[in-house]
Amino acid sequence: MELVLSIAIGALGGSGVWLLLRPRTFQVIIGLTLLSYAVNLFILSMGRLKVDMAPILQKGEAGDLASYADPLPQALVLTAIVISFATTALFLVVLLASRGLTGTDHVDGREREW
Amino acid sequence: MVIAWADHLAILPILLPLAAGAGLLLVEERHRALKAAISLATTVALAGIVTALFHRLEAVPQEVIVYRLAGWPAPFGIVLVVDRLTVLMLMLTSGLALASLIFSLVRWSRAGVHYLSLFQFLLMGLNGAFLTGDLFNLFVFFELLLAASYGLALHGSGIVRVRAGLHYIAINLAASLLFLIGVSLIYSATGTLNMADLAMRIPGLDAGDRMLMEAGSAILGIAFLVKAGMWPLSFWLPTTYAAAAPPVAAMFAIMSKLGIYVILRLWLLLFGDAAGASSDFGGMALLAIGGATVLFGMIGILASQDLGRLTGFAVLISSGTILAVIAIGDADLTGPAIYYMISSTLAIGAMFMLIELIERGRDPGADMLAVTREAYGDDSEEDPLKMEEIGIAIPATITVLGLCFLSCALVLAGMPPLSGFIGKFAILSAAFSVPGQGQDAVPVTAFTWLLLALLMVSGIVTLMAMTRAGIRTLWIPQERTTPMVHLAEIAPIILLLAGCLALTIQADPVLRYMNAAASAAHSPADYVRGVLTDPETGAIRSPDSGGGP
Repeated sequence: MELVLSIAIGALGGSGVWLLLRPRTFQVIIGLTLLSYAVNLFILSMGRLKVDMAPILQKGEAGDLASYADPLPQALVLTAIVISFATTALFLVVLLASRGLTGTDHVDGREREW
Repeated sequence: MVIAWADHLAILPILLPLAAGAGLLLVEERHRALKAAISLATTVALAGIVTALFHRLEAVPQEVIVYRLAGWPAPFGIVLVVDRLTVLMLMLTSGLALASLIFSLVRWSRAGVHYLSLFQFLLMGLNGAFLTGDLFNLFVFFELLLAASYGLALHGSGIVRVRAGLHYIAINLAASLLFLIGVSLIYSATGTLNMADLAMRIPGLDAGDRMLMEAGSAILGIAFLVKAGMWPLSFWLPTTYAAAAPPVAAMFAIMSKLGIYVILRLWLLLFGDAAGASSDFGGMALLAIGGATVLFGMIGILASQDLGRLTGFAVLISSGTILAVIAIGDADLTGPAIYYMISSTLAIGAMFMLIELIERGRDPGADMLAVTREAYGDDSEEDPLKMEEIGIAIPATITVLGLCFLSCALVLAGMPPLSGFIGKFAILSAAFSVPGQGQDAVPVTAFTWLLLALLMVSGIVTLMAMTRAGIRTLWIPQERTTPMVHLAEIAPIILLLAGCLALTIQADPVLRYMNAAASAAHSPADYVRGVLTDPETGAIRSPDSGGGP
């Protein structure tokens, strides 16, 4: 499971960074989205990986920490998802405005002259 | 637990702008006077609250006010912490906000919708980030103020703003992701996100966790350095600040200082003298980055043609100077650095608003001209033929604008008699203090001389650039119409500069207060004890096993 998660974070993060550095605004926004997926998975893994364990205490069996998943990273991930979703949506609007105003989807608002 | 009403003062700087901003959304745009009155009243009330907080902090014996949300004890609940450094930043924010708001009410608030709401949300985010006592809430408040700032950066629209805004948003989104990575690494290594709790746990970390924690802090630091505009993460800053509407740019001046504030607070808290093996982690890097930023800012300020970019680079010089000075890690230097930060922020804020008034007189379509000039990459100045007409009396408006420009230049360059000089002088005098003059002296090293050179040269370079720009825009008479300047537009600029003047006249008590703030930040035992003391039992919560969660 650790291996699968690491590969997933690595693949998402790597593609995200590559796309982020591309010159088209659409590539940048997809890059940011992929990166935020990678970061969300990363945060989750920072609470130590546990399989089949609840992050909340079950009724009547309080006690052993080893049988619970850490709830805090899950709460952090939830907040991070909401925030990155909202800011990405905002970025999308600016992207469209930029496309409309400059007539190109290059991140600098003008095509490079070779 | 019973809390007196006055204890809730600490959360008001967050709640009040939130309520006002949300309320303003419900008022239609055509009720302009009502909206203006609400936002003005809120901002004035905010200044009052912060002043009350200042006096309250003086009254409490332990030098720190801790506000526990819903009364939960510290490492488990959310805390807001007020100490002297926080109060100083809050006062600076509300002062600058008041000036910027008055300025924008005349014209700029009508350049687009919901300006006043976004302005209040920006204030909420700033105040929250200054007040919060744990890392994750810091992230949330950062995102809040960034989201508001995205809207404000685009306020007024136009190609230049949208293009600069696109870069600004992309960079800050990437920086936010770094922020999250840093926070989660620190959590996985220490098992807590409360800043005071972190400060207690860090000395006891074992080697493996310490490495993770330091890596996390370094990544976290990058996120703040992007915000503060440190080289080489600062190429977006002059463009964005120059493109933003002037009152917005004035508020952005304090957003850069937020990055500096967080670094100052966290670095001293987590990696101060008490941090054991991690003590002074990254100090050299901060020093080098600060120096490089000043160098980059100097080159940029000399190269910039228009006033907006020039001021943008002045932001970089100011941020870099402060970072380099605090990175030396001595409480005697940090106090003057805070003084310098406050005076330069006021001057930069005034400068951004002043530019618009000056540019307004140059050409009725100055905005349009700037746009086309940038779009076609043409940086040539107005044709030199107009230089012949010497001898036209400068009208009174121009005189006032010129005097304001002169004052800004003096503060930014650090020339006497205004506060910029006192800030730089105090830094250098602390850096070169000899033993036996009261406080323990800082050892004079090669870095001290480097710092001296940096402060002096950056001052001269700023003066040169500002003089050149001043001659070009104000002195050389052109075919200019006298700008139509509303009293409410020049008043906030004079207010900010009067702040600089007050800092100069009251330099002694102000510096003493800032030195106290700095020494409290350098020895955070009181801060940690204040946050972690259980309000009911009075016992300090000691760190348990340390280690991971």
